[in-house]
Amino acid sequence: MANVRVAIVAEPLDITSEIERVTAGRGDIGAVVTFTGLCRDEDGRLEALELEHYPGMAENEVRRIAEQAAGRWEISDITILHRHGKVRPGETIVLVVTASKHRHAAFESAEFVMDFLKTHAPFWKKEHTAAGAVSWVSARQSDDDAEERWNAPD
Amino acid sequence: MKLVYFAWVRERIGMAEETVEPPRNVETVQDLLGWLRTRGDAYDFALGESAAIRVALDHDHADHDASLSGVREVALFPPMTGG
Repeated sequence: MANVRVAIVAEPLDITSEIERVTAGRGDIGAVVTFTGLCRDEDGRLEALELEHYPGMAENEVRRIAEQAAGRWEISDITILHRHGKVRPGETIVLVVTASKHRHAAFESAEFVMDFLKTHAPFWKKEHTAAGAVSWVSARQSDDDAEERWNAPD
Repeated sequence: MKLVYFAWVRERIGMAEETVEPPRNVETVQDLLGWLRTRGDAYDFALGESAAIRVALDHDHADHDASLSGVREVALFPPMTGG
């Protein structure tokens, strides 16, 4: 079974230390794939995103997604870190690190994780604009479609 | 039964959580949503578009036809937008 590391944090995420944490002292890993999801400024309109989460459930659900990926691909390590609270443009919202002997498992599992995080992890984004307006971000149909393709027969 | 609300469901209802004792004929999530809507305009505003309401029972995602038997915590929230 893969090493699974999951955390929901309020502090900025550091990709370098997360890669180092996975690869330090290891000779068995041939591929590390990372995905970094960043907060956009929407052409200067956005001042911050505020991420609400369900504290009792979010970590469990993210862990469940990590374990599904670990059961489906031959990966040795999987890390999923997700911010909550206010995130400014340019800051990282989510970080996924997967490691495997060969690249395909690392690439595909990272993409799988992101597609399921979007639709299953209990987080909600609220936009704070530079003009002072606030509004909830709507879910996208394209995210549901992205998840659905993993359920189709290969 | 403890109810917890998130995002615009929480804002529209005007609270983050509450403890309720629904009548005996409330057996499923759908029944609960219907009963809650009778409790006032804020609930009706929050839960009126029931297709937009997602549900978790004791921290697991569930459908609207799921049974509430033995459930301690029901979470009601809009479609998720994390990642």
